[in-house]
Amino acid sequence: MYSAIVFLPLFGALIAGFLGRAIGARASELVTCGLLTISAILSWVAFYQVGLGGDAPGDIHVLTWLNSGMLQIDWAFKIDTLTVVMLVVVNTVSCLVHWYSIGYMSHDPHRPRFFAYLSFFTFAMLMLVTANNLLQMFFGWEGVGLASYLLIGFWYTRPAANAAAIKAFIVNRIGDFGFAIGIFAVFMIFGSIDLETIFANTEEVAGQTFMFLSWEVDILTTICLLLFMGAMGKSAQFLLHTWLPDAMEGPTPVSALIHAATMVTAGVFMVARLSPVFEQAPIAMDVVAIVGATTAFFAATVGLVQNDIKRVIAYSTCSQLGYMFVALGMGAFGAGIFHLFTHAFFKALLFLGSGSVIHAMSDEQDMRHMGGLRKLIPVTYLMMVIGTLALTGFPFTAGYFSKDAIIESAFAGNSGVGTYAFYMTVIAALFTSFYSWRLIFMTFHGRPRAEAETLSHVHESPLTMLVPLFILAGGALFAGYIFYNQFIGAGIEDFWRGSLADFGGEFILEKMHGLPAWVPWMPTVMMAAGAFLAWLFYIRNPSIPAALAAQHQPLYQFLLNKWYFDELYDFLFVRPAKRLGYFLWKRGDGWVIDGFGPDGISARVLDVTRNVVRLQSGFLYHYAFAMMIGVAALITWYMFWGSAH
Amino acid sequence: MSGMPILSIVTWLPVLGALFVLSIRGDSEFAAQNARRVALWTTTITFALSLLLWTEFDTSSAGFQFVERVEWLGGSISYHMGVDGISMLFIVLTTFLMPACILASWTTIQDRVKEYMIAFLLLETLMIGVFGALDLVLFYLFFEGGLIPMFLIIGIWGGGNRVYASFKFFLYTLLGSVLMLLAIMAMYWQAGTTDIVELLDKSDFPAAMQTWLWLAFFASFAVKMPMWPVHTWLPDAHVEAPTAGSVILAGILLKMGGYGFLRFSLPMFPLASDMFTPLIYGLSVIAIIYTSLVALMQEDVKKLIAYSSVAHMGFVTMGIFTVTMQGVQGGIFVMLSHGIVSAALFLCVGVVYDRMHTREIAAYGGLVHRMPIFAFTFMIFTMANVGLPGTSGFVGEFLTLIGAFQVNGWVAFLATTGVILSAGYALWLYRKMVFGALEKEDLKLIKDMNWREIAIFAPLIVLTILFGIYPVPILDVTAASVDNLIDNYQAAIEAAQSVLVE
Repeated sequence: MYSAIVFLPLFGALIAGFLGRAIGARASELVTCGLLTISAILSWVAFYQVGLGGDAPGDIHVLTWLNSGMLQIDWAFKIDTLTVVMLVVVNTVSCLVHWYSIGYMSHDPHRPRFFAYLSFFTFAMLMLVTANNLLQMFFGWEGVGLASYLLIGFWYTRPAANAAAIKAFIVNRIGDFGFAIGIFAVFMIFGSIDLETIFANTEEVAGQTFMFLSWEVDILTTICLLLFMGAMGKSAQFLLHTWLPDAMEGPTPVSALIHAATMVTAGVFMVARLSPVFEQAPIAMDVVAIVGATTAFFAATVGLVQNDIKRVIAYSTCSQLGYMFVALGMGAFGAGIFHLFTHAFFKALLFLGSGSVIHAMSDEQDMRHMGGLRKLIPVTYLMMVIGTLALTGFPFTAGYFSKDAIIESAFAGNSGVGTYAFYMTVIAALFTSFYSWRLIFMTFHGRPRAEAETLSHVHESPLTMLVPLFILAGGALFAGYIFYNQFIGAGIEDFWRGSLADFGGEFILEKMHGLPAWVPWMPTVMMAAGAFLAWLFYIRNPSIPAALAAQHQPLYQFLLNKWYFDELYDFLFVRPAKRLGYFLWKRGDGWVIDGFGPDGISARVLDVTRNVVRLQSGFLYHYAFAMMIGVAALITWYMFWGSAH
Repeated sequence: MSGMPILSIVTWLPVLGALFVLSIRGDSEFAAQNARRVALWTTTITFALSLLLWTEFDTSSAGFQFVERVEWLGGSISYHMGVDGISMLFIVLTTFLMPACILASWTTIQDRVKEYMIAFLLLETLMIGVFGALDLVLFYLFFEGGLIPMFLIIGIWGGGNRVYASFKFFLYTLLGSVLMLLAIMAMYWQAGTTDIVELLDKSDFPAAMQTWLWLAFFASFAVKMPMWPVHTWLPDAHVEAPTAGSVILAGILLKMGGYGFLRFSLPMFPLASDMFTPLIYGLSVIAIIYTSLVALMQEDVKKLIAYSSVAHMGFVTMGIFTVTMQGVQGGIFVMLSHGIVSAALFLCVGVVYDRMHTREIAAYGGLVHRMPIFAFTFMIFTMANVGLPGTSGFVGEFLTLIGAFQVNGWVAFLATTGVILSAGYALWLYRKMVFGALEKEDLKLIKDMNWREIAIFAPLIVLTILFGIYPVPILDVTAASVDNLIDNYQAAIEAAQSVLVE
């Protein structure tokens, strides 16, 4: 069954990719969607068996991959609760996005290719979450990177899409650089990169040091930080986040699947998967929490002022991923995965909803050209509101349970890092609520700002797009309430069964019950305050935002330009690399090596021959003269040295 | 099987084919067509026969197999052939690439077809000979003999600046080979034999002599690899060589250097190898970073791929000199994988060059609109070049890096940055050529790959993916011999150290 779950999407991708032209677009769509649906249903079966029934089959060997000396790596699935949770998330969202895409992409001539990529992505993601060793995880990791690259650049005639695709791939590679070195270090220390072996020996290694590069450092901290670098790249955390907003150049279903619900959560998954290692490395845990909290805050500030509907949601994703890392860093692994789980529903809902808006608006993405759409596309409006409620943590929606748990865990951590994370996430919650409602108000309320031509085309999306929205809305409303008990409540032991480390997990949970009364209220208060401010700014008195922006021009520009990270990186890395490359090519290869090497030698040889040629003048007396001198020299030499013997 | 000298048959069959081609009379198109057919059949049969080497190969044995030995020159120098786990797959790689080369030249080469085919067939024999020779003199003959057909292929069927390129190629390699010849003579005087097996068994050159011999061999192999800073002949040679010439150059000739390190430098001069390991690491890391940066700025497709080849060879030298199981096996794997992937990349360039007759990156753009099959093929090999897991490019790079990390963290750390840079130049190239709008007028009628071209690429694609997902067959072949090599190396180092202690 697990092989079917993983490989069915691959078959779909191959069929749509290679036979797409032969069998036609409609058949490709149906094949990929059908296979994905089967996969999704099987995933829920697995979730029921393993997660709720506690019947985990352990490792399933598929094929040997590599064997070189001590290094033995298999293609194998590790099936436990964490895996099945991810299977459910990935396959459910992927399945819905597939069906949704039939409607969304209906005007595109390259549908078979699109569906092949989507299914291939799903396959790679499944390989990632089922990996029983780090290298297979790396395979899935880079595989989803490839799929993301292909899908961001799907509309390959657009220069912006191409640039974004390359940027995504390369920034991710920077993270992967850390991941790869982390794998090397794991192999050096543990002699294996199988998760089982690593976990079994973690405690033994804890606290020991080794030589990394030129420094004597703590083993586990170093390994965890290196691996976390990979997670930062994939999950678009602070400093390696720049690719995610640009990735919005891809078709919107892609944004929903890859850049909201699944791929970007791979980093969170990785840390959770390796939680038995991370929990032994407290410094690494602190770094995870700090990076997460910083990202949550940073991305939320940028989200406040963006005007592109998808970019707002992209920064929101970035910010929410930060929340997940805060939970992981505080040791509340269950809460992090719980937020990953609920976030998948409401963020996919928001993206697909915004896709529905964009579809209706004839590919307009700028919210300044929207407004007043709630009467024209009421169903989409309702869906977006549900998504927003869940995201902002309105009581009893999905986000209310998971996000509040994270904020509380940060407070309960009761450390300097925890306090930092607590305040950052609380402020971010305020911002989240503000920009989310701002998005709703700018898009759906007020006067229509679009041209009449566009408005006349505005229509509600077809059912194949709406039904996935309904399902996701269901998840956004109820997933938190239904699964609260299993993920972070009293049923935690029976549910996770050791697939997550319980570092302070229960400890944190217990402390979360004994918090001061004001703490659990904070997120909700922030949510209400943000919504109120958004209402004030964009409904009650729409002149405030412009006035504020004018008053605080530097700050506004700073936020609007995303803290100038792109410019900074371009200045620090991209341009110097190019300049250095050019220098090495022209100066290094051309001038130094060739100049003193082959070209120089041949030039000297030519010089010599040219002079020798000049000697051969053809005049007899030249030769005679030369002979005379030669004879004279010979005699002289003989007279002085030759006779000495 | 024991009775049939299969290795010799594989080695010399191409010469027989060349004789056939030679016997074809006339210069008509008909004669040219016959020459092509004979060459294709010869190389295909050679490939099929060489597979016997693989199927009959005993992976549990570290020694030489399919050994043949005939007295040749005055008793001390003999015709001695055989393969072990290190060399066998290179022979198969050679015979595998040759039919693709012949097919790739099918319509491109219209002048002197007979001579062209003869040159390639001779080249094949010489290349197989390099990997099969078990006598130093024999090895040297094959090793240097291979230069001549290659020199002619570039010099006669090459591009506009071919004379400069072939001269540069020759000058560099000549420098190395002269020194190697001196070293071989010195070894003969010292050990009294040129037999490689004997030399391997009792390789006990004094430490000081090892240093000189190592350096002499290094001069030759470093040029062949090519290692930084003696790499500048490669971009020029590639640029001017015809497509099939580039394929052989990148696919096989570059591997001779790595093979030489494994066959001679490590086992025969272990003390010197140990001493010079930092040098090799330094040059390898420089090669990886330096040439990757240079590749970023190239304007010529072939130059870009040539520079990326130099970077990949940096992984090979780094891996080999870690003298760890993963490093050495990874080094061999990178060579084999690069033999397929870079060959395929040059073939990809050949496909568009045949249509547009320019190698300038800026002259292309938006090819995917007219050439989806080409775009797919090129994507596969671009990703393999980048080292994406699931392609053969990844396995080798990963093994060399993980091997290097065990020995020297800095080397692995710096070399891994090559992974980022390679993504940069490869994706940039792909985007410039394949993606974007189809704007250039002369590209608007370009045709996608035909069946002949698809037939060339299909096996390459299959192998690239297959060995990415299931590299075990290759790793199994190399394991025993590499293990043996490492054991002997370590033993020699330890013996030398214990002498010092006494």
